[in-house]
Amino acid sequence: MTLQTAWPWLTFAGLGLFHGLNPAMGWLFAVALGLHRHSRRAVLLALPPMAAGHALSIWLVAASVMAVGAVVNAPAIHLAAGSILMVWAGYHWLYGHRHRVRVGMTAGIGGLAVWSFLMATAHGAGLMLVPALVPLCASLPTVGRASLLVSLAAVAVHTLTMLVATGLIAVVVYEWLGLAFLRRSWINFDLLWTGALVATGLVLIITA
Amino acid sequence: MATWRPDPTFYPSPRMAMKAPAETLAYVASFDPTRLVPDAISVVDVDPGSSTYSQMVGTVPMPNAGDELHHFGWNACSSCLCPNAPHPHSERRYLIVPGLRSSRIHILDAKANPREPKIVRVLEPAEVAERSGYTRPHTIHCGPEGIYVAALANAAGDAPGGVFLMDHESFDIRGRWEIDRGPQRLAYDVWWHLGYDTMVTSEWGLPATFENGLDPEVLLGGRYGHKLHFWDLHARRHTQEIDFGAENQLVFELRPAHDPTKAFGFVNSVISLKDLSASIWTWYREGDAWAVRKVIEIPAEAADPEALPPMLKGFAAVPPLVTDIDLSMDDRFLYVSCWGTGDLRQYDVSDPFAPKLTGTVRIGGIVSRASHPKAGKDALNGGPQMVEVSRDGRRVYFTNSLYGAIDEQFYPEGIDGWMVKLDADPAGGIAFDRDFFVAWPKTHRPHQVRLEGGDCSSDSYCYP
Repeated sequence: MTLQTAWPWLTFAGLGLFHGLNPAMGWLFAVALGLHRHSRRAVLLALPPMAAGHALSIWLVAASVMAVGAVVNAPAIHLAAGSILMVWAGYHWLYGHRHRVRVGMTAGIGGLAVWSFLMATAHGAGLMLVPALVPLCASLPTVGRASLLVSLAAVAVHTLTMLVATGLIAVVVYEWLGLAFLRRSWINFDLLWTGALVATGLVLIITA
Repeated sequence: MATWRPDPTFYPSPRMAMKAPAETLAYVASFDPTRLVPDAISVVDVDPGSSTYSQMVGTVPMPNAGDELHHFGWNACSSCLCPNAPHPHSERRYLIVPGLRSSRIHILDAKANPREPKIVRVLEPAEVAERSGYTRPHTIHCGPEGIYVAALANAAGDAPGGVFLMDHESFDIRGRWEIDRGPQRLAYDVWWHLGYDTMVTSEWGLPATFENGLDPEVLLGGRYGHKLHFWDLHARRHTQEIDFGAENQLVFELRPAHDPTKAFGFVNSVISLKDLSASIWTWYREGDAWAVRKVIEIPAEAADPEALPPMLKGFAAVPPLVTDIDLSMDDRFLYVSCWGTGDLRQYDVSDPFAPKLTGTVRIGGIVSRASHPKAGKDALNGGPQMVEVSRDGRRVYFTNSLYGAIDEQFYPEGIDGWMVKLDADPAGGIAFDRDFFVAWPKTHRPHQVRLEGGDCSSDSYCYP
């Protein structure tokens, strides 16, 4: 595998790390549940449903891009996806704070999966993967088994890195670090996130 | 505008909030009972090292007269750090100040000059009624979905009262909170257990039964509120009602444990029709439902009818009239205002079912008219009313007016406003700070106190 073929996969993994680092994507919720239930088990049990919700949200975007990419030419998909990302960034910046809260501290497995799905979708997490997905679908002739497998593989790579990052941070914070550091160190991920959405959108439009 | 790091006044847990620096300013709702002079938010210097300690150092008059400022709160607080709905980069910056009588809502920006907050937006009564479906906005709480406002009446000034939501950045009214209100009709206070996804609301009465003072017929008929309501905080549905019985009138201030893993809280009933006593109840989780138990009963005190206002002469007794309570951040001490007798009591509630009285001071009171070291020999009227506790639990502030039209029913000569401060011993026990007595301007009376950076009834927490 050359760098040329490896970079999309490295991007999926890198974005998994970025998503996993964001307290709003899951590790903080896992820590809170552990603190409420006085158990490290609760921290660990929260991770799979959150990963599942995140993966589903990402996969819906990935599969859509693959499907559209098979019938539309690359410049068009670049332009369309880039524009969607820019609009999403604007929406996220202006209205990101007013989402309806549907899941709270008594959440079960289903609730956590739903929460994670909604969080990832509302944040446009899947959209960030689009620049790396487009060259992959360009290499595939039609929609079919191959594109399904590629989209699933992309989601798997992304979700696994995210799960590892989320799990590591959650356990370290729960066992050793505690939450006091949040007061100083919880930097504005929303700002970074919006920046990432805008940057991704720009890259897509410029390369159209 | 969003910041790069969280607001330094946000704390993940009540334990961490207790280590917050001491407040230097207190904001106090201040209203003119004659409704001629505009009400104001008064700013009081509470920094003992300052040359203006115990003095009013700022006043923010409202644009209209007759609002009846009462309760108010911050746009954002520690619940912004919650993991399920994080808004960590919002700022605790704006005071949301409703007029209980006018239904007008004022937004004050305290950032640039905390001693002289600026009014940056006014939501007129018609806009509030149209967008929320409610009037008589009362309690303000910052929470998971923005600003929650408990309102006592619907747009027509009638039942049901309820809760509505405001955006914590734009201050637009987002609409009614409840999806299914079940049997709930009356409203008063609102708060929650974030750890149990449960909202709690309490009951006073409809505007027609309090805006001209308490109606003896309604009171003696047991028709003021006497119930607690429990709700699913996220599904916004009524889940349970607990009736204290019609004899326990006016179920007021909700003080859930600050520790989100503890499923209990305290609420006061102002007066019992049986014997004029007042009571404090603990609500708690029992199996899959909530339950209540009366844990404190404060009896009325016998008195010479000559010394009593017309409303009480026939009873020859002073009711304690517990009109406010406040719980320290460590959920250990409960402060109880007896507006009738003039007691401010401190109970150790380490065991929430077996409170122990650990301190009492007396000031004002319908009969006692007790004074304060700094007020000289003057008899003081009014009594301990809205009480607020500092985050570290060492300072307790309170004021002496209840509500314009009700003040005169119990203190017929009217109330001369004051604000005092107690020093609280971490091991239990309270005493007046002899240097802290703020005599209020004659035109106005003080009501709720909010402390700079947060206090024991402003913030809620998601982590233990």
